[in-house]
Amino acid sequence: MKQLTIISGKGGTGKTSITAAFASLAKNAVLADCDVDAADLHLILNPAIKKTMGFHGLKIASIDKEKCIDCKKCYESCKFDAIDKDITFNKDSCEGCGVCKYVCPEEAISMVDRDSGFAYVSETRFGPMSHARLNTAEEASGKLVTVVRNNAKDIAEEKKKDLIIIDGPPGIGCPVISAITGVDLVLIITEPTLSAIHDLERILGVANHFNIPAVVGINKYTINKENTRKIEQYCKERDIDVVGKLPYDVAMTEAMIKEKSAIEFSDSDLADRITDMWIKVERKMFA
Amino acid sequence: MIISIASGKGGTGKTTIATNLALSLGKLQLIDCDVEEPNANIFLNVKIKDHEDVTVEIPEIDKEKCNYCGKCSEFCAYNALAVVPTDVLVFPELCHSCGGCEIVCPQNAINWKKKTVGKIEHGITNGVDFFHGLLNVGEIQAIPVIKALKKKVDKEKNVIIDAPPGTSCPVIESINDSDYCILVTEPTPFGLHDLKLAIAVVRHLYIPFGIIINRDGVGDKKVEMYCQKEKIPILMKIPHCEEIANLYSVGIPFVKKIPKWHVRFSELFKRIQEEVGT
Repeated sequence: MKQLTIISGKGGTGKTSITAAFASLAKNAVLADCDVDAADLHLILNPAIKKTMGFHGLKIASIDKEKCIDCKKCYESCKFDAIDKDITFNKDSCEGCGVCKYVCPEEAISMVDRDSGFAYVSETRFGPMSHARLNTAEEASGKLVTVVRNNAKDIAEEKKKDLIIIDGPPGIGCPVISAITGVDLVLIITEPTLSAIHDLERILGVANHFNIPAVVGINKYTINKENTRKIEQYCKERDIDVVGKLPYDVAMTEAMIKEKSAIEFSDSDLADRITDMWIKVERKMFA
Repeated sequence: MIISIASGKGGTGKTTIATNLALSLGKLQLIDCDVEEPNANIFLNVKIKDHEDVTVEIPEIDKEKCNYCGKCSEFCAYNALAVVPTDVLVFPELCHSCGGCEIVCPQNAINWKKKTVGKIEHGITNGVDFFHGLLNVGEIQAIPVIKALKKKVDKEKNVIIDAPPGTSCPVIESINDSDYCILVTEPTPFGLHDLKLAIAVVRHLYIPFGIIINRDGVGDKKVEMYCQKEKIPILMKIPHCEEIANLYSVGIPFVKKIPKWHVRFSELFKRIQEEVGT
């Protein structure tokens, strides 16, 4: 079973639209939305949820004020400023380490599960999907990404799927690293803007750091052809395949509004070019 | 006054708003808290004058003292330590520097060493006192870098914070003590969906907020309808147009080329000032 993650560094370059298009082209794949912070793939794929699982991130400290003798040991030991001097706990700052519980002489503190979100296993018109929702202001999104990926692997084994297509989060930090560790290929979607080029360099550095093969796709290449050439040159110098260039086309947004992938939406040059990109990515993975 | 710019969805135009607003006002601090992919300086071209490393404390085991009892790894909530019969493995990238292993160690075998996870840089341009942070490539935790940046906030000044995308810890850390939050969105289904998530975050933190619609005209009217229904102020609409998109692609803040926007951003700031009451 192979795994492909679509990432970008910079947000808003078209990861999810391209993932949705790949979903309609792949013959035997499981889809996984690992942008658990701001998941959007379900808006196109309309999953019917078959199974819902509660997700508990790191634990959270809870104090029994009746037992507290106000010794302030917990306040003094907390490295996250999650406990005020008057021993009120700030939920948003607690990282669940358990030090306060350990140092409390009165056993007034316990570490409790926090309801951090939900993981879902669903069915879509393109096949099974694994996705999730992180509750407002929760942490541990990297951990939830791992849950989504494990669920996707379970489905793939159960249903004999040979590929998992993962829609990744933006950035280069914790959730991104969780979304790309151990995959067979990352497809980095960039656009010809200076910001996206800067971010491309950083995300390629991450892929390189973890020894994950990477290819690049250029979205909206028509908005600045000179920058597009710079990206192609940059990739060529580093021996990185550019697997396709997609023109700026309002059909991408129109398809999203109609809750369709760009492939389903119209037989356009855009659809042809995405198909071509998909064939190259598939070849790269299964070669 | 601290104004943060956030979005939920990436690529909606946070940095565009932050840099154009800063250049329209001058005499303020601009802090780019998107330490994973900082882009504000592509538009500002600030000459970096000083920088400092951001370090975290990571345990180092004194093997002379350690008796491999395993209490540290048992305690660690982040699986950053593993004890095998004759060794203790430390996984620095998983460590949250909570200090728990040191507290539980009966042999006093834990020392701390500094590990660099990123850096912050500073410079000044056109009256804008600029800071940004860079998480080192391959590092997991953006929070220590954001915390170091937030220490640079000068409460006597007006401060603009360019937040990272998303809705979880890095966003909360960036915006949590702001007086006002501008949420930037685009008029598409993805934009609206993620805007709702971002609104839940600012409401959770009790931060007053308003919306800027970027690339207005590209999608549908549902973001506007939603804001009307929820009585959320739409502070500004930036049209979807070639000129602005081109300037963006080459890293030029559009207030420099289209002067009327200079006025609009100044008015936007006044409006927020009145609403916050400073």
